Amino acid sequence: MSTPYAKLPAWADYGLIPVINLFVAFVVAGFVVLLVGENPFRAAAVLVEGAFGRGQGIAFTLFYATTFIFTGLSVAVAAHCSLFNIGAEGQAYVAGLGVAIVCLAFDSVLPWWLLFPLAIIGAAAVGALWALIPAYLQAKRGSHIVITTMMFNFIAFSVVVYLLVGVLKPANSMAPQTRTFLDGAQLPKLNWIIELFGAKIRSAPFNITFLLALAMAFLVWVLIWRTRLGYEMRTYGHSPKAARYAGISETRIIIVAMMISGALAGMMALNPTMGDQHNVALDFVSGAGFVGIAVALMGRLHPIGIVLAAILFGMLYQGGAELAFEMPAISRDMIVIIQGLVILFAGALEHMFRPYIQAMFASISPRTVGMEAVKGKGA
Amino acid sequence: MAQAAIELIGINKSFGAVRANRDINLEIVRGTIHGIVGENGAGKSTLMSILYGFYQADSGEIRVGGQPASIKTPNDAIALGIGMVHQHFMLVDNFTVLENVILGAESDALLKKSIAKARSELERLEREYGLEVDPDAIIEELPVGLQQRVEILKALYRGAEILILDEPTGVLTPAEADHLFRILKQLKEQGKTVVLITHKLREIMAITDTVSVMRQGTMVATRETRKTTVEELAELMVGRRVLLRVEKGEAEAGGVKLAVKNLTVKDSRGVTMVDDISFDVRAGEIVGIAGVAGNGQSEMLEAISGIRRAVSGSVMLDGKPIDLTGAADPGELRDRGLAHVPEDRHHVGLVLAFEENENSILGYHDDPRYLRGPFLNIDAIRDDARDKITKYDIRPADCRLKTANFSGGNQQKIVLAREMEQDPGVLIVGQPTRGVDVGAIEFIHKRLIAMRDQGKAVLVVSVELDEIRSLSDRILVMFAGRIVGERGPEATEGELGLLMAGVEHQEAAQ
Repeated sequence: MSTPYAKLPAWADYGLIPVINLFVAFVVAGFVVLLVGENPFRAAAVLVEGAFGRGQGIAFTLFYATTFIFTGLSVAVAAHCSLFNIGAEGQAYVAGLGVAIVCLAFDSVLPWWLLFPLAIIGAAAVGALWALIPAYLQAKRGSHIVITTMMFNFIAFSVVVYLLVGVLKPANSMAPQTRTFLDGAQLPKLNWIIELFGAKIRSAPFNITFLLALAMAFLVWVLIWRTRLGYEMRTYGHSPKAARYAGISETRIIIVAMMISGALAGMMALNPTMGDQHNVALDFVSGAGFVGIAVALMGRLHPIGIVLAAILFGMLYQGGAELAFEMPAISRDMIVIIQGLVILFAGALEHMFRPYIQAMFASISPRTVGMEAVKGKGA
Repeated sequence: MAQAAIELIGINKSFGAVRANRDINLEIVRGTIHGIVGENGAGKSTLMSILYGFYQADSGEIRVGGQPASIKTPNDAIALGIGMVHQHFMLVDNFTVLENVILGAESDALLKKSIAKARSELERLEREYGLEVDPDAIIEELPVGLQQRVEILKALYRGAEILILDEPTGVLTPAEADHLFRILKQLKEQGKTVVLITHKLREIMAITDTVSVMRQGTMVATRETRKTTVEELAELMVGRRVLLRVEKGEAEAGGVKLAVKNLTVKDSRGVTMVDDISFDVRAGEIVGIAGVAGNGQSEMLEAISGIRRAVSGSVMLDGKPIDLTGAADPGELRDRGLAHVPEDRHHVGLVLAFEENENSILGYHDDPRYLRGPFLNIDAIRDDARDKITKYDIRPADCRLKTANFSGGNQQKIVLAREMEQDPGVLIVGQPTRGVDVGAIEFIHKRLIAMRDQGKAVLVVSVELDEIRSLSDRILVMFAGRIVGERGPEATEGELGLLMAGVEHQEAAQ
């Protein structure tokens, strides 16, 4: 049976449903807070206050969001080609080496505005190459990308640790990290933008990579919906058989999509290294690659959604840190539980409330909604 | 006056803005075979789904055996003695017949008693209705005709007095269909009630006692079968006069456009599906390939269109060879003027999640007309899609609508428009009208004949024998991967049916 208007209005699909999911996640999280004997309303207030209350908080929130935009876009690009890139974590980590090489080589001779583009290329190239091997194995050997990218995460951790403990560590240092970058490899802060609105910031790592992240979000939109390559990726993503029929090379599209995904993950490395710590140290990715999966899912694989979801997760990171500080009963682990609940309801259980909302819309304004036919074909 | 097995009174069902069923009244008399015909989207399946408990009616009443009944789930329907045989079988492929029959009706943990009980019950049903099936055979090793019999057995085992069959003959050879009809008649003689949903009017005429016609969600007429004609039913279904057989002139066949030589294709398990076949298609003729589904036609189409590697053999396109065992890919064949309308439009010919205009360039997305450098030329693509929508009367006329939201007939028109408008020299079409309503069938057939008359070489593969006979200038019959015969369009259905069943294998096919 044909259903000419089998969807919700866009604002409900992209606005209402995520908000409801988020609301439920916070309600459940509220019960968890209640269980440990704290007031959930005050906890929520502390969290939001910590993330957005002061200039300082906003800057940190956006700093974290920058990181998540990159990894979210990375996961989304691969997902549009029906590839589940679990390896953004490792790709970003290894890409730190690309950043390190460029920065250590040129930070004494080049100004930041010349070095930054080189570092972008370095990070993207290394991230892309790290994704290339699993992609090749998937395309040519059929090794499942989820398994290989996950294994490559472990390899990435070991390789980076090995290099940071050995080659990249300055001779007399005890710390497993590169030397501090000189001025040429320190990116300008964007804190002044927030200060324009009258907020005060002591020091925060919010930097120019945020603009790079927004530019990448736009470019990903162009890539996916406005280029031939994106068209081919989406075709393969929806139906490999249709892609074969259309003469799209499976090998090529898998490899290209994964390399773009790896490059985006790689660019994430710029934010904590050049933008914040001014060195490449152990564990600078710290789970951002995995958060990227949740960000991409919650953002419905659309760049605008991803930017918004990244800001939400930035808020949870920043506000969560404040919360752990303000309310001793709520430990750092509790924050992870709350983040997990958001991922659960906004990502994994995304469709849980959809049928009810659809039914509700159908009863209010039957013109806008059609329900999916349960038993398929014909009439 | 015979008693009513089922009465439907004032049934309404809407899906959002779509009124799938409007004020349906229907009375099905006990011990008869009652046909329900209508185009795709007329609401037949919805009505039967309400009767079987998949959907709830918005309003209206169902009476079974004169008693008002509330059917909320298929289990309620089964308890009331209603059984359903679905178009797509609901069988577990690697279970035996017996295991499938007791599935969901098993009563003890070790299944010993259930199986023993089912075995004796099956023997009784076989005796009574001529439903012979080996109870220990594995489903996937059975031909479709027998699988369908298992579906019927399942319903009868659960005590069905009223049996609903949804498009039961789509997958059967004419001989298997005849056998099915004998079974249905036997069921009727034993006092069972049969409801037959189909779009094949000849079947309605052959077997039913009463026929009801649905159109756009309403029940437009109920007739006694012996007092009506195929023409009247077709007109009731579509709401206007339709040509059941397209008019066409003599073919003026020219030179050979497509020459298939010694083509052999294996499937992924290494089973030979196409076995050393050779044939030609000339300019200005339609060659039809008849055969029961699963005899290698699909694999042959995929090989010729470059989607599947052939083991050996080649194709000459316009006199130049294509090596199908090596590097040929669908894009290259397209560039050389071979257009392909695939059998499976849902997964191959279209990306259902795409907007209509995005599908209108699938496979031709490399064409500079649709590109601006590496970017898609969205305006050009949409203008082009709108042109095709007008030219092929695709409805709704909205190139931004998601393809999944078009009806089967309109989806097929999207594919046909895309392939035909490229002006190919050779057009190969798999199942041109599968799941397509009568009105659109006429349109599609006319278009195919127009292609022929423009001097194109057209190869049509279809499991609908009527379609092959109506369209083709030459008919090739495929059986077990080989071409077992060539006939002219005047060949009778019986003659082709024998070839399709592999003549000497005819006993086995029964």
